[in-house]
Amino acid sequence: MVTLTINREEHKLDVPNDMPLLWALRDVVKLTGTKFGCGMSLCGACTVHVDGQATRSCVTPVSSVEGKSVTTIEAIEMDPIGRRVQEAWLDLGVAQCGYCQGGQIMNATGLLKQNANPSDQQIDDAMSGNLCRCGTYTRIRQAIHRAAEAGEKRA
Amino acid sequence: MNRSSDSLILENVSRRSFLKGLAAGSALVLAAKWDLALAQQEKPYGAEAMPGGWVDDPNVFIRIDEDGTVTIVNHRAEMGQGIRTSLVMVAADELGADWQRVRVEQAPGNHDKYGNQNTDGSRSMRHWFDPMRRAAAAARTMLEQAAAQRWGVPVDECQAGVHVVVHEPTGRKLAFGELARTARELPVPERSTLTLKPREAWRYLGKETGPQQNVTGDKVQRPLAIDGQEIVTGQAVYGADVGFDDMLYAVVARPPIYGAEVASVDQTEARKVPGVVDIRQIDGTRQPGGFEPLGGVAVLAENTWAAIQGRNALKIEWDNGPAGDNASYDTRVFTEELMQRAESAGQVIRSEGDIESALGNAETRVQASYYMPHMAQAPMEPPVAIARMSDGHAEVWAPLQNPQAAHDGVAQRLGLEPNAVTVNVTLLGGGFGRKSKPDFVFEAAELAKAYKGRAVRVQWTREDDLHHAYFHALSVDRLEAGLDAGGKALGWRHRTLSPSISSLFAEDPMHKGNFELGMGFNTLPFNIPAIQLENPPASAHVRIGWFRAVYNLSHAFAIQSFVAEMAEAAGRDHRDYLLELLGPAREINPQAVGDDWNYGESPDLYPIDVGRLRGVVEKATAEAGWGKQRPAGRGMGLAVHHSFASYAAVVFDVEVQDDSSLIIHSTDIAFDCGPQVNPERIRSQMEGACVMGIGIALQSEITLEEGRVQQDNFHQYEFARMRHAPRAIRVHLINDNPDIAPGGVGEPGLPPVAPALCNAIHAATGKRIRRLPVGNQLS
Repeated sequence: MVTLTINREEHKLDVPNDMPLLWALRDVVKLTGTKFGCGMSLCGACTVHVDGQATRSCVTPVSSVEGKSVTTIEAIEMDPIGRRVQEAWLDLGVAQCGYCQGGQIMNATGLLKQNANPSDQQIDDAMSGNLCRCGTYTRIRQAIHRAAEAGEKRA
Repeated sequence: MNRSSDSLILENVSRRSFLKGLAAGSALVLAAKWDLALAQQEKPYGAEAMPGGWVDDPNVFIRIDEDGTVTIVNHRAEMGQGIRTSLVMVAADELGADWQRVRVEQAPGNHDKYGNQNTDGSRSMRHWFDPMRRAAAAARTMLEQAAAQRWGVPVDECQAGVHVVVHEPTGRKLAFGELARTARELPVPERSTLTLKPREAWRYLGKETGPQQNVTGDKVQRPLAIDGQEIVTGQAVYGADVGFDDMLYAVVARPPIYGAEVASVDQTEARKVPGVVDIRQIDGTRQPGGFEPLGGVAVLAENTWAAIQGRNALKIEWDNGPAGDNASYDTRVFTEELMQRAESAGQVIRSEGDIESALGNAETRVQASYYMPHMAQAPMEPPVAIARMSDGHAEVWAPLQNPQAAHDGVAQRLGLEPNAVTVNVTLLGGGFGRKSKPDFVFEAAELAKAYKGRAVRVQWTREDDLHHAYFHALSVDRLEAGLDAGGKALGWRHRTLSPSISSLFAEDPMHKGNFELGMGFNTLPFNIPAIQLENPPASAHVRIGWFRAVYNLSHAFAIQSFVAEMAEAAGRDHRDYLLELLGPAREINPQAVGDDWNYGESPDLYPIDVGRLRGVVEKATAEAGWGKQRPAGRGMGLAVHHSFASYAAVVFDVEVQDDSSLIIHSTDIAFDCGPQVNPERIRSQMEGACVMGIGIALQSEITLEEGRVQQDNFHQYEFARMRHAPRAIRVHLINDNPDIAPGGVGEPGLPPVAPALCNAIHAATGKRIRRLPVGNQLS
């Protein structure tokens, strides 16, 4: 039995310790916004936050996040930065198929938490682990700048 | 009527109709030429020619509730191209609906009811713009008639406005919701009586979409991507997001070599994995395998992780005998064989003038061979399907480009009547051609048969997806040109070698079909006195399938690279030289150059328009600042291509640094698809095509050794990441002309990208890339 805090709620899960957090979220907790893309931390579609840090859930054993706070795309709007990122995504029509975008938003929110106003180069460095087969990268870059500006206005 | 199997292959809507076509056409009429007169005589075109055809019945597509909610049924697959938004815009605008009160409902697979649903070939707007407008115009007319009845006035005094019908003489109004019940009971007006809104009356079509600030800084809501909110909040439902209590989670160990079969399985260790419920064999199908499952061993478990662990613990011996020479397939060896074969003549596809004397008399001869590898579509969402069988009824949920093919295959496989099968289409986490082949659905159906009443989800891993894709065809293209003393082209010889998609369905034809040659090969639009196009044989040793833009990719890469090489040999500016090769603005009848396919479209409505090719070249180069002096290490490259009834030109501005790293400063794309329904989504498709094309140029390659794919996951099969994306992609849409027939959008942006980038690399470095991907060729 593993006890997890997911989106501010406590869950007791009867799963093996080595089950990746991704599958615990998707198959057991039934939070399906976190996506499977590669299973090897190569694409970022499974990105969640663990104690506020962007983390690849597909290679994170569920036991390693016991006692920590997990946030998924379903609840990132509770985070003011996450909400701004989502709005910027909508304003610029970033998504095409949308499958990777939950992970992109989680990763971008993680970036903006650490760096409120990243440069293009810093965005490229932080976001190059998140694949998008539709090729929405230029809009993602713009949307991160837009969310950063929205954050500055608010500050 | 007896039609070419080619015209049926391209539809790929149902294997049944394909096979029917084969029987009719016999012996794979693949490269066979059609009698021009016959083709002109009887061939239906466009949506008319598709299985299921078109439907414009308003009662099928539009429902108005008494609270005023307008529901529009979208029957095409949404895979990022935005069709759920754009097609709904078409209907909403013609109807006069207020966007805020419109919702979309996804149709299940049923082409008898909805018309053709096979979402590939960049056809949705080409085939559905008109029927959807007519359906909405009919619904609008019925609302006006209902209002006239209510008021007891002549119908021509009643005019639909925005979500209301207005009695013009008195200004009285009735909301759509108030009229819904009456309107619903009225007969559908005759098609010939319908009046479509004039362009000036459009509120959504051709307009920008998405939120916009007005002068006071407030957001003004215009049509917004319909699934946007669900996507950014993780609520959007893709294939694997459909689940049921007590569902079984399955992964399948498939034969690593195409055609191999299970010899023996040791299940002992796999059964010990906690959560594993059962292990079952799935029968494969002998080649040609079509859309059938590859066969193998399925592990069914209580969750995906247990199923994956269980599969890892299986010990399987494979029998490679049935795979034949697929078991020795080595792409490196095969490529060299094709390179050799390209030195000799092949089946002649098109011949104009005297090529031998044109080349023989030339002052300068240019010759080059180009290679494009196998590639996997690799949508971010790997194939996945859920199936459940109960009480003689089967239900499927899956991300499908072609739900009818899934439907027909499930019915046939399970021995059910067509109406006992329901195929629900989820959002697609990318398609790119992979999800037009429903092999993964048949796996789920096969397993569900054994667990009546219980849903089974088959989840492909990324390794499965890369190992068992329907691969883009590996290709070799050899080109040769003869130039006179002034550099003018006298002769052009192009040999193209590539396995055919037809090898999926029948004994390997060894030659490309018309639906493959017509993708930019025999449709060469150049004004050259002698042209010789040949297609030597090439065999298939893996499943070959549609990949976004398909054979246009290799044809455009070779042709557009070669034009730059010719320009260099002639000492001419590339753009000027390209425009000279294109020659004067004119319309070429595709049939006159041997293409009786033309993407299934009428040659009258959709000729090859050289003026439009010139137009995009001129626009893209002008916007990019073509001809400007570039500093050392910096260069611009250009390419143009016509495909899917649209025209695209791309210019890259790149820099290659001393350490051989490549910086893509900007890309200018000029695109002409004729009338623009949703310009914002057209631009996003061009941006996406640009980024995907960069990956094709720089990174993506599937190789095989001893019949096995060598790439397991994204560390070995790479495509563009954010650091490869241009600093700026500028999309220039031109020729928004309502008087011409609409062209495709999803695919035609892709073919010119890789050659334009390679031409830019050449301009920057002098290094000519003839084998893709670029990989480490710059270092």
